[in-house]
Amino acid sequence: MGPQTRRHPLAEWFHRRGWSDLIIGLPYLWLLVLFLLPFVIVVAMSVATRTPTAPPFGYGGDNPVINLNGYARLLHDDLYIRAFLTSLLNAANAMILCLLIGYPMALGLTRVSKNWRNVLLMLVILPFWTSFLLRVYAWMGLMGKNSWFNGLLTSLWNWATPEGWAVTSIPMMHSNFAVVLVMVYTYLPFMILPLYSSLERLDPALDEAAMDLGTRPFGVFLDVTLPQSVPGIIAGGLLVFIPAAGELVIPTLVGDAAQPMIGRVISDEFASARDWPMASSVAVALLLIMVVPTMIYSHYQAKADTGERK
Amino acid sequence: MKRRPWFLFTMLAFGFAFFYIPILSMIVYSFNGSRLATVWGGFSTKWYASLFSNRQVGAALVLSVQIALISATVATILGTMAGLALARFTKFRGRLLFTGMVTAPLVMPEVITGISTLMFFILMADWVGWPGSRGFTTITLAHITFSMVFVTTVVQARVSQSDRAIEEAAMDLGSRPWQVLWDVTLPTIFPAVLSGWLLAFTISLDDVVITSFTTGPGNTTLPLLIWSKVKLGVTPDINALATLIVLAVGAGVIIAGIVLNRAEARRARDERLAYRANE
Repeated sequence: MGPQTRRHPLAEWFHRRGWSDLIIGLPYLWLLVLFLLPFVIVVAMSVATRTPTAPPFGYGGDNPVINLNGYARLLHDDLYIRAFLTSLLNAANAMILCLLIGYPMALGLTRVSKNWRNVLLMLVILPFWTSFLLRVYAWMGLMGKNSWFNGLLTSLWNWATPEGWAVTSIPMMHSNFAVVLVMVYTYLPFMILPLYSSLERLDPALDEAAMDLGTRPFGVFLDVTLPQSVPGIIAGGLLVFIPAAGELVIPTLVGDAAQPMIGRVISDEFASARDWPMASSVAVALLLIMVVPTMIYSHYQAKADTGERK
Repeated sequence: MKRRPWFLFTMLAFGFAFFYIPILSMIVYSFNGSRLATVWGGFSTKWYASLFSNRQVGAALVLSVQIALISATVATILGTMAGLALARFTKFRGRLLFTGMVTAPLVMPEVITGISTLMFFILMADWVGWPGSRGFTTITLAHITFSMVFVTTVVQARVSQSDRAIEEAAMDLGSRPWQVLWDVTLPTIFPAVLSGWLLAFTISLDDVVITSFTTGPGNTTLPLLIWSKVKLGVTPDINALATLIVLAVGAGVIIAGIVLNRAEARRARDERLAYRANE
């Protein structure tokens, strides 16, 4: 498709009458005031100086106009570096596990009959609509020391390991393991859906052709299916990684308080320590870290789009 | 010859067990007679009874639904406008910034949206005296802002897919553009607008983080109430509340799915018939 040089008549009319100004202007203005302005405040706050006033920050006067203390502390204070590493590690683990579980599930979805497929897709999406908080909570019930699930795992462990290793329960709660497990649970649909939509588009004739040429089924998967699903893998991976890295609810409920994730650090700096400039510096740093994978994503997305157009 | 991919089917079975066992376990334990949430002590419905007599829960539910209804409706209006603008008005000043502002909230960590919105409200109160206190209004404004971009995404995708030729035909037949928008464009994108509304409604009803930053004293939504209790551990009355919410939402999603599917099928059939009549 070439670039549309002719204006849509509807757009033309609206433009003439000023309706287009209204249709564009209203959401534009809303986002400027309630999204962009708060965002600009965060960036400006990250270079402000903390003061004992209310609100707790200052510019100019006795304070430097641009105070980079917050950013300097990010690089020197262990707490922040460790929090960033914990977040990135947990998010990466969750992403990889989601991929390992989600890929065969998505591929399986493309192989079931059409009627089943709609039902199963509905079942994938359904947890996504039910309360996020309650899905985390459901796992708190399962992981607790006295739960049937923990009991089951404990007896499995005691059965499989030598006698000296016996335990009374498995300490799952309040650990990075718990965080990753619950992240996989809550974000798995985000991995399955883009994978499914990229796998669904593949032409089964290609598989058959490779099979006819003597490739073994696993070889077909490696040489034909996998390379073609890379856009789906990247989309799903980022849809899991990005929210997981900034997660606040899951680490607060099931995480290890001694190894906070970065979302928790931002929230604590802001609410408990009342250090707005520091909270903002951490927030800006987190956004910068997230911009990189997002750019990679849009790069691949653009590439996939031009590829399709050929 | 087609072989059944047993490995894939096994993974599907495990995956669905993983999805649903925690929820089923929670439902079963909501009927637990024991005060200890994770130790079975016989069947009982007493937690449901105590839930229904709990005024706090009722008030929180009403507040949450009010906020969700208002914010989803406003978010749908604004989001639909933005989606139409991005898909149909190809060129306008500041389009790049607009696209950015519509995309960025989708990937923004909630905690950052939370603190930025709270700082905005506090500073506005300092500078212009508004908002005087935080609560219903500030929560609703924050919810509208972060859910409207989801509506925009859904509507924009739909409008870009729909055929411009139908709108052009209506224009050629003498419809006024405002009529075209009302009679042609909006009915075509209606399923998208409806699912956008549902999405905005659930996002608002479900939100903890942004609400916890923008709320004020005495304004406890249902997720905030659950959040404050869940932080202290697993309790049987939360199991009961969770069961009711999960069942209500599940039923709602299934019904909405069926309605949307039907509407979509009807629209597709009408379109086919219209094309056939032209041939």
